[in-house]
Amino acid sequence: MNAPVGHYLYNAADRGFLGERIAEFEGQVRRRLEGSLSEEEFKPLRLMNGLYLQLHAYMLRVAIPYGVLDSRQLRKLAHVARRYDRGYGHFTTRQNIQFNWIRLEDTPAILRELADVDMHAIQTSGNCIRNVTSDQFAGAAADELMDPRVHAEILRQWSTLHPEFTFLPRKFKIAISGSPQDRVAARFHDIGILARPSEAGPVFRIFVGGGLGRTPLVGQEMFDSVPEERLLMTLEAILRVYNAYGRRDNIYKARIKILVQALGIDGYRAEVEQELARMNPDHYRLSPETVEAIRARFAAPDLSAPEGASDALARDRRDNPDFARWVRSNTHPHFAPGRIVVTVSVKPAGEIPGDASADQMDALADIADRYSFGEIRVTHLQNLVLAHVAQDRLLALWQELQAIDLGDANHELIGDIVACPGLDYCALANARSIPIAQKLSARFADSTLQEKIGPLRINISGCINACGHHHVGHIGLLGVDKRGEEFFQITLGGRADDLARTGAILGAALPEDDMVDAIARIVDRYLSIRETGEGFLDTLTRLGDAPFKEAAYETV
Amino acid sequence: MKRFDLSSPPRSGHDGIAVVPVDEMEESTRAVRLTPETDVEAIGPALAALDVVVVTFPVFRDGRGFTQARALREYYGFTGEIRAEGHILPDQARFLHLCGVDCVMLPEGSDPTPWQEALTLFSGSYQDRLGLR
Repeated sequence: MNAPVGHYLYNAADRGFLGERIAEFEGQVRRRLEGSLSEEEFKPLRLMNGLYLQLHAYMLRVAIPYGVLDSRQLRKLAHVARRYDRGYGHFTTRQNIQFNWIRLEDTPAILRELADVDMHAIQTSGNCIRNVTSDQFAGAAADELMDPRVHAEILRQWSTLHPEFTFLPRKFKIAISGSPQDRVAARFHDIGILARPSEAGPVFRIFVGGGLGRTPLVGQEMFDSVPEERLLMTLEAILRVYNAYGRRDNIYKARIKILVQALGIDGYRAEVEQELARMNPDHYRLSPETVEAIRARFAAPDLSAPEGASDALARDRRDNPDFARWVRSNTHPHFAPGRIVVTVSVKPAGEIPGDASADQMDALADIADRYSFGEIRVTHLQNLVLAHVAQDRLLALWQELQAIDLGDANHELIGDIVACPGLDYCALANARSIPIAQKLSARFADSTLQEKIGPLRINISGCINACGHHHVGHIGLLGVDKRGEEFFQITLGGRADDLARTGAILGAALPEDDMVDAIARIVDRYLSIRETGEGFLDTLTRLGDAPFKEAAYETV
Repeated sequence: MKRFDLSSPPRSGHDGIAVVPVDEMEESTRAVRLTPETDVEAIGPALAALDVVVVTFPVFRDGRGFTQARALREYYGFTGEIRAEGHILPDQARFLHLCGVDCVMLPEGSDPTPWQEALTLFSGSYQDRLGLR
């Protein structure tokens, strides 16, 4: 068994299932064309297989379970981009990739091509349990308590075509992390799971009812320590209560967060405990044997590094200040001595956040083969990760990334902007998010300036559905329509980490063409009033938003 | 209405049986029709005397019937017939069967072919492979 590093190795049953699922989808397309399925009936079925109808064309969202790809899969995505799209793909905030210019009649062929490399578009949309997300540094970060990917894969399997939970009131998103540094925004998911080891095996802390969208709410703790064998049983009970009692009369009130709000977390927990008391634990037990069988289908890479790898990196950093700056912003400590985790910025200054060309994907696949066991991860900030790089080869890697325009030193800095597709693609949007993101990243292109500003997260959504997660941006921008003109409303102070909260509105929305200057004035004000060592959120907490409000509206 | 059996072999049919809504149940009632809002607990005590419980789908996207069927089988050990009625797609046949539904009532004249195909399309389920029952 030659398993890929980082994700589960498919077996004959998994491949057979994908073939069956494609046949089912082909039949649905055929029935739609024949007319035995109405458009109203076809729509939820195609969404459940990742196929949207956007403003100008169909969009296919391909699942990347827990964000992990192998190089063979990335090459296939490059091929799909080249052959069926316009030569690029867009990495999403849920660690997936979407192709924005797809023809309906090509989709079965694309799905078959994806299945050749064990990929699919199952449950990347629709009112079902969506593709499960996880920590992009899983199995690598020095701060991790437990690698969450085996359980993320179990959740993928459990939720795939679940007989009871495929026609839920609304979409359902689950994230799982194994680190106390919450990199998955666990408290902003329908269910957020923090895994940790214990003497009795893995245990899971479960948050329920978080989400963004029109009603941003921070998830609340339902259980502190669910044992492994009761993990699936507990999730079933939570979903069973939601499926039975979640609202179906208004799609804006249909997420689980609204039900949690209505019942209160204690009331919801009481309902779940009542379900659990009636369920037969033997029927829902996740056995250690099952877990081990799945774990065995993950490869364990040899993470030893050459003697002196760390010293070589220290020398390279000393000799090359630009490289040193990139290392400071775009790497994370690895648990293995001599290894390091690299975030590849897919946010070059002035470009579309998260877009990668087919050529970049092919080049990255080669780079991944040479530097990180052929493994690539997608992050929920729309970047990519090479998780296991030997430190003595980091300089060479950075030079190769620079050659394909993916070497920017801006991870979690002001250039690392998250933006929804906006009015350029989406029928729901009020405003174009992408051009603002491009202008902002061009304005702050100077990496010395970005480092001086420090960690600052900008999130842009083109409408209140909040796909750009503006509520959790340190600076959030929300597109609004004012009599046909594009305006943006600014929020400050949002964050998705373990101190999760949503941002507060600064004041009246500003016109699109004043937006970049207004953000620049806010940033300048921050630089002039911060105390030594203070991050943007610290200054905001100390002084409140008055100085920033004054700056934002200065010339208006 | 035409009965399409999801179970093989089919359960003995109660084709002509009179089905009443929950709030019209009497001691002699043998078949009851739930709405998606019905709390299964409300009919719990009466289940032992029932031959048929009907779960309904006002629209196929409303999946509450799946949870009702599972509650009937798992929590109350109901061994009678569970029927599904309403707006249901062949694409849901397998899910209904796995949740414990025995048959679907289709409009007269509807083609059973896509229903038969839907039942044989998949050779197994992930939930099964994980050892869940």
